[in-house]
Amino acid sequence: MLSRIAESLYWIGRYCERAEGTARLLDVYYHLLLEERGIDETDACRLLLEIMGFDSSNGAIPLTPAGVTSALAYDPASPVSIMHSIENAWENARGAREAISNELWQTLNTMFQGTAVEAEAGVAMPHGFFAWIMDRCASFSGLAESTMSHDDSWRFLILGRSLERVDLSTRVLRAAGSTVLGRGSWTTMLRTCTAHTAYLRRYRRRVEPQEAVEFLLLDRLFPRSVLHVLNVANDALVDLDPRSERIGVIDEPRRRLGRIIAELEYTHRDELVPGIDRIGDRIQRSCADVHEAIAIRYFLQASAIQWSS
Amino acid sequence: MVQSQSSMFTGYAVDGVFDEVFAEDGATRPHYAELMSTFARLNSDEFAARSAARDQAFQDQGITFTLAGEERPFPLDLVPRLVPSDEWTAIEAGVKQRVRVLEAFLADIYSEGEILNAGVVPRTLVMSSAHFHREAAGIVPPNGVRIQVAGIDLVRDAQGKYRVLEDNLRVPSGVSYVIANRRAMTHVFPELFASHRVRRVADYPTRLFEALRAAAPPYASEPTIAVLTPGIHNSAYFEHTFLARGMGVELVEGRDLVCREDVVYMRTTEGEQRVDVVYKRLDDEFLDPLHFLGDSMLGCPGLLNAARAGNVTIANAVGNGVADDKAIYSYVPDMMRFYLGEEPILDNVATYRLEDADSRRWALDRAHELVFKPSDASGGKGVTIGPRSTQDELAALRVQVEADPRGWIAQDLVTLSTSPTYIDDAIGPRHIDLRPFAINDGSDIWVVPGGLTRVALPEGSLIVNSSQGGGSKDTWVLADDEPVLSADDVRNARPLQAPIMRGLSGPAPAFVQASQQQ
Repeated sequence: MLSRIAESLYWIGRYCERAEGTARLLDVYYHLLLEERGIDETDACRLLLEIMGFDSSNGAIPLTPAGVTSALAYDPASPVSIMHSIENAWENARGAREAISNELWQTLNTMFQGTAVEAEAGVAMPHGFFAWIMDRCASFSGLAESTMSHDDSWRFLILGRSLERVDLSTRVLRAAGSTVLGRGSWTTMLRTCTAHTAYLRRYRRRVEPQEAVEFLLLDRLFPRSVLHVLNVANDALVDLDPRSERIGVIDEPRRRLGRIIAELEYTHRDELVPGIDRIGDRIQRSCADVHEAIAIRYFLQASAIQWSS
Repeated sequence: MVQSQSSMFTGYAVDGVFDEVFAEDGATRPHYAELMSTFARLNSDEFAARSAARDQAFQDQGITFTLAGEERPFPLDLVPRLVPSDEWTAIEAGVKQRVRVLEAFLADIYSEGEILNAGVVPRTLVMSSAHFHREAAGIVPPNGVRIQVAGIDLVRDAQGKYRVLEDNLRVPSGVSYVIANRRAMTHVFPELFASHRVRRVADYPTRLFEALRAAAPPYASEPTIAVLTPGIHNSAYFEHTFLARGMGVELVEGRDLVCREDVVYMRTTEGEQRVDVVYKRLDDEFLDPLHFLGDSMLGCPGLLNAARAGNVTIANAVGNGVADDKAIYSYVPDMMRFYLGEEPILDNVATYRLEDADSRRWALDRAHELVFKPSDASGGKGVTIGPRSTQDELAALRVQVEADPRGWIAQDLVTLSTSPTYIDDAIGPRHIDLRPFAINDGSDIWVVPGGLTRVALPEGSLIVNSSQGGGSKDTWVLADDEPVLSADDVRNARPLQAPIMRGLSGPAPAFVQASQQQ
């Protein structure tokens, strides 16, 4: 397939996942603040911004629920806002319209067209907006699954979605160690990754830090656990280039991804909670490396025409 | 003067022009009877509801048109335009004849130039055309086809006679709207399709694909075809994606292509892949910076050399613009006699050549009655309609024409037929034209039944181009040789004998079982 289209699909996957993840994160935090009196609002807002990689020290964003939701949800100029993600997903889909199914395009298009109206309604009732975004993104994933051939274009979509999902889960994991959210922080972490119910069904007892981290990092069956998602990404890479070597792995994206998978697989569970920052950092760096290797291998365009005299 | 009694048609009046629906005495033309009786039952609320449904559908699918920088749903009028089958038979034959003769003309002037040697078409006129590209001379299309796709614009004069207004042989656009309009109409007015037998238009992408396949260089048994678009900012981008998707081929931009040693490749995730046919949707001038505009970033350097080397087919061919030059247009009837020994099936609009000083003076003296058009422009740009221009505008026109007589033609004013059009909660007459699309695969020329009917939306306006605020109508070619099912037929039809299916229901829920056990 065309490199340009592959890159677009990869980014559609990333942006949709980012929009959905951000919506869920905000939904959980926003309502947590309303319910839990003991949490310091300013600290919680600062934490939320930090999770999303925002520098909160310059005071550009008011540390209030309204200020933070504006920056992370509604403000199209903010590079991590939901609006921004949806717009970018749409822009990419527009340039790759013939490569995705009609149904998929229509879902993205109606989502993009509807976002402004929903966002306006969301100012009074944020949950409505977040729920709408999550719902549209779920439609998108479902239609992608059921209307696209599971060929290379699908694989690039999955790759983008997976790397974004790992990144987001990792950010949430690192934040859970913070004292800001009090005793409930591990539960909040699980809920942000839709993992609370799945956790309860797996362990059948109240949330313990050790097990919560272990579940979100290493569970092989839960679709948002870091290890599971990394394996999904790995499968997509293997399908893209199924050659196997007698010694080692030549495909650079797969080599980098395989390394972090192995590292996680063989981490002792006792190391998890104390090492959460170090492990999170490793995962995030590895994801950035994998992204770079994918871009070099599959997306790189020769530079524009240059005349020489 | 015609007055109609039905509510939505109250006050519908036509005067001195040919109306598609109502004859001069006010009677509904027979082929519109069924449609009008359905419409008579719809009130203004129902029209509004259907019109909202149509807009929503277009918006959701992203079928939009960029006008003055704003993206809006493509304007489709709710009242379709109907063409009876006998009228269509004549149009179809006329369009095919037109494409055949223009193919012959292009083949001739890019090789021997017999028609020029014979003095039928002046050599200077051809050589001075802005779209005559010497670069194209010597490129021999593998199956002899230069016009894979043609859009022939037709209008109806005051007597209702179809005439050719202009030919589009470079990048004719609009066919995606023909298909999208049809789909939308079946959703919005399903009942109309039950009472009319309308010939289908959806085969277009398949036909185009076959024509492009047939145009591939002979070495390519399974040719790779790509649609070349200027990119998402082009106003026809929707059409480019539509065609690429409909044919299942890649939609490429210039930056996706690379030419090496006269071979064209596209950059894919598996390395470079050879391209055999490029269906170009951009103007020749932007196609290849080596030969044309050096600063164009839209095309791909080396494309034309690759075509000349026979390693890729560019469709439509480079240099076609000379044949749809408006000054050449007036010679098309002469071409028919020269190449085919036939008289035109579809007449031109009376056209005056302005290079001769006497006829120029004659035309300019009657500037207030005639229409003046730049000979190499398209999209309705630069057109001056004499009777609707001020003295100052006409004076300015005279100066322009005198300065560049080759650059202009004059034509009789054709008023264009009118058709009832739904605007602002009322139905009134608006002027329309018709662009049938023809596909030439080298062995046969196929014409989409119908084509794009364009509507000048402002009252009285004669400019139908969508780039100037025109709308469109779904165009129905009626197939009256095939009987339409009557309501009785439907009632009496025998149901299909469906096989009995087993195993379609699972176990009953537990509470049902429990209650059965008691």
